[in-house]
Amino acid sequence: MNTAATAFNPACPDNTSIKVDSPTLTEIPVRQERGERAVFCGLTSIIWLHRKIQDAFFLVVGSRTCAHLIQSAAGVMIFAEPRFATAVLEDKDLAGIADCNDEIDRVVERVLQRRPNIKTFFLVSSCPSEVIKLDLGNSAQRLNKIYQGRVRFADYSGSGIETTFTQGEDNCLKSLVEELPNTESKEKNLIIAGTIADVVEDQFKRIFEQLGVENVSFLPARNEEQMPKVGDNTYVLLAQPYLGETTRSLLKRGAKLIQAPFPFGAEGTLEWLRSVAKVWDIPEDKFESVISIPLARARRALTHYQDKLAGKSITFLPDSQLEIPLARFLSRECEMKLKEVGVPFFDRQIIEAEMNLLPADVTLTEGQSLDDQLDRVREDKPDLTVCGLGIANPLEAEDLRTKWSIELMFTPIQGFDQAGDLAELFARPLIRESRLEC
Amino acid sequence: MQLTVWTYEGPPHVGAMRVATSLKDVHFLLHAPQGDTYADLLFTMIERQNKRPPVTYTTFQARDLGSDTAKLVTDAIQKTYQRFKPDVMLVGDSCTAELLQDQPGTLAEGAGLPVPVVPLELSAYSRKENWGASETFYHLVRALLIHQKEQSGDKEEGIDKLEFKKPKANLLGPSVLGFRCRDDVVEVTSLLRAIGVEVNVIAPLNASPEDLLRIPEADFNICLYPEIAATTCAWLERTFKQPYVKTIPIGVGATADFLREVGQLAGIDVEEYIQNNSSRLPWYSKSVDSTYLTGKRVFIFADATHATAAARIAKFELGFDVVGIGSYSREQARDVRKVAKELSLDALITDDHLEVEKAISELRPELVLGTQMERHIAKRLGVACAVISTPAHVQDYPARYSPQMGFEGANVIFDSWVHPLMMGLEEHLLGMFREDFEFNDSAAPSHLAAEGTLSNQPEEDIAKNTNQEIVWDLEAERELRKIPFFVRGKARRNTEKFALDSGLDSISLDTLYEAKAHFSR
Repeated sequence: MNTAATAFNPACPDNTSIKVDSPTLTEIPVRQERGERAVFCGLTSIIWLHRKIQDAFFLVVGSRTCAHLIQSAAGVMIFAEPRFATAVLEDKDLAGIADCNDEIDRVVERVLQRRPNIKTFFLVSSCPSEVIKLDLGNSAQRLNKIYQGRVRFADYSGSGIETTFTQGEDNCLKSLVEELPNTESKEKNLIIAGTIADVVEDQFKRIFEQLGVENVSFLPARNEEQMPKVGDNTYVLLAQPYLGETTRSLLKRGAKLIQAPFPFGAEGTLEWLRSVAKVWDIPEDKFESVISIPLARARRALTHYQDKLAGKSITFLPDSQLEIPLARFLSRECEMKLKEVGVPFFDRQIIEAEMNLLPADVTLTEGQSLDDQLDRVREDKPDLTVCGLGIANPLEAEDLRTKWSIELMFTPIQGFDQAGDLAELFARPLIRESRLEC
Repeated sequence: MQLTVWTYEGPPHVGAMRVATSLKDVHFLLHAPQGDTYADLLFTMIERQNKRPPVTYTTFQARDLGSDTAKLVTDAIQKTYQRFKPDVMLVGDSCTAELLQDQPGTLAEGAGLPVPVVPLELSAYSRKENWGASETFYHLVRALLIHQKEQSGDKEEGIDKLEFKKPKANLLGPSVLGFRCRDDVVEVTSLLRAIGVEVNVIAPLNASPEDLLRIPEADFNICLYPEIAATTCAWLERTFKQPYVKTIPIGVGATADFLREVGQLAGIDVEEYIQNNSSRLPWYSKSVDSTYLTGKRVFIFADATHATAAARIAKFELGFDVVGIGSYSREQARDVRKVAKELSLDALITDDHLEVEKAISELRPELVLGTQMERHIAKRLGVACAVISTPAHVQDYPARYSPQMGFEGANVIFDSWVHPLMMGLEEHLLGMFREDFEFNDSAAPSHLAAEGTLSNQPEEDIAKNTNQEIVWDLEAERELRKIPFFVRGKARRNTEKFALDSGLDSISLDTLYEAKAHFSR
């Protein structure tokens, strides 16, 4: 599924290797695989989105499988009544006996009775709803009329035939972008896009304040009122590397993309912030004075784990789209050796600033052919494999250490003060191995 | 459309995966989009399986829909067979693929594989996990054995009957992701061995297709888990004249009944064995320490097998009061309703956990026996809970031997149901010295201190007036708060009901005690 990459790159038709003009990219061969994939669908991102946006509700229109997926991936750890649910399609819906529009209206009404404080209501389509061509866009329009602005309805696809894992968030944010208010402001303003932990958001806010970068907002915001405005003087900085569609929507609304590596590790965060400082014309000495202390702290925190990680090899199976920036962090700041780095799909526009920082001999794979890839893991015997939950224990049983990729989505890992935590996540399985006697 | 927050059962293809993963040398080709691959983690994370489930997903995407998803299936069938070389291939589709009507089963049957192919129709939009497991097991067994039926002669003939042979039984139903199936199989096998019955085949757990072919060699079947094996057992009875044992040996009484039923089919007198072997449960339950268990209000919600077994144990073996019982197993609802009726209750048959939560908060039991859903509900309401059934979480697949079935299972049940409760004298002291600043009812039972406080539930929730027309005067309200919180809600409701029935519109201190005398608790 290369739609994200091809949308802005007509020279790159689907189904072929990516043609590139960047010198680094041409040097790195990209293996394309089109076989069995082991990756969550976009519905999974509801697990963190519904906690991040506190006045939003996510209604998946799908099957029992969708409901079971979300609760299994979330581990039912978060049993506080969630702000999501599934409207499970039944035989009578498929046979056309029950009018799906009426059914959706009825379910929405029931949810809103229980939760009168919901401001944004997402109708999320799934594999089955898309195969039967249920138009949730129509439903959102209809419901917007019925609720007359008291609740805002939006729709997006979280289906596994259209999206993988984090692409669900991309589609969700894209649907938000279309509704963001316009701003005519002549002053530069900055949107930081991608769900990050509240604590990290607050850290970044403080740094931008100290730098004198004003008008910073986050997408998604914690509630509807704080959602950003967008206009011709809006700049977009990505905190997560999976927001191709969201970015392109923002660009269509007049915003400009700040190309930067992602804020993983001391170096990543430094370059990420520096790219904003450049656009805002912040004097170099001021920039240095603001970031020197947290940067030094980040580097100090990293030293605890660098000796544990240095020289160790790592493979990423395609999963969250975080693979490339994390591989860059681990190779440059922790001196790990990259075996294979797999990603579900390449989105050149988004990942460009990262590609130049990867070692030239890295093996990159787009897409997956699960059993073949696992054969390569067995052959490569990396010291650590980053993979999905379904695969981790079987690899451990083959005496290969693993790191669950979903943990990277549920842990604050961006920014200076999380650089050490990020390294620790990868060091822990190795430390554990060295502690256990049998 | 059914509004669902959490679900008790997965979709039917997850049931099929449970059967495939339980078996050896079987591979399941599932026509499904990539998101459906999440199901692997149920096996590898919740039950800590050290192998990937033997399942290959076609993981079709939107762009494949425009071309030919059937081609994708045909290719996957060949590739999957070549890689895994299973003895039997199961082929089916998940909810989305069902809509595409590619008929992967038919395609696989026509693919010319050198091994049996069993096509599965899983009805994703009307059925659920246990049904899917049951259908898969039945169709697999049937596909392998249907030819034997044609060849098999009269079982009564032959040399076998002339010499003394131990009666043989199959244990049918245990599977991966079942509740304590791993240990129940060991326990039941040793129980049967002790009375002289040999276990022929255990399936689907760890059985190979070759083992399944030996099923007809047994004299009878034991249906250990009707949710998965009842259909198969009934077919085997019709086809091979194999009767089957229906009692589930969970609890002391049920284990004895089970042994008697087995004894009858096997022609063995089991009474002496039952006399000489039992669980510690009866004595533990009789010992004075257990008097505080008397009349504890218990709410049960589980699959049908474990719910009905729990009711019998709770009432007759531990002396609890069962105040509510229910199940998410619609297919076995009749059994649960029958047990509920015997307890003068209405069974709650639902797969909506919000309804279960409502029932629990209204009944305000002192112990909930349920699934992981009920554990969460009970935690929120500050009620003690033990998990007795799937769906269960990783901590309910313990490292130690902890069966539910047989006499040892009864020991395990006694321990795990009593453990969450406040101990007898501790409960008395709480009632007497409620105002002690360190030892009060918001403290957890002392042996559970590490698990945090019990009453993380907001006071208003239990102390809410259930009836707006009745006013509590200040003195009565204060007195009510001296009652330990786990019975306070009930005391409030009883008192209000008493006041209403007596035509009062306010409650005084006296009314509170009048009500106490009236309800005598």
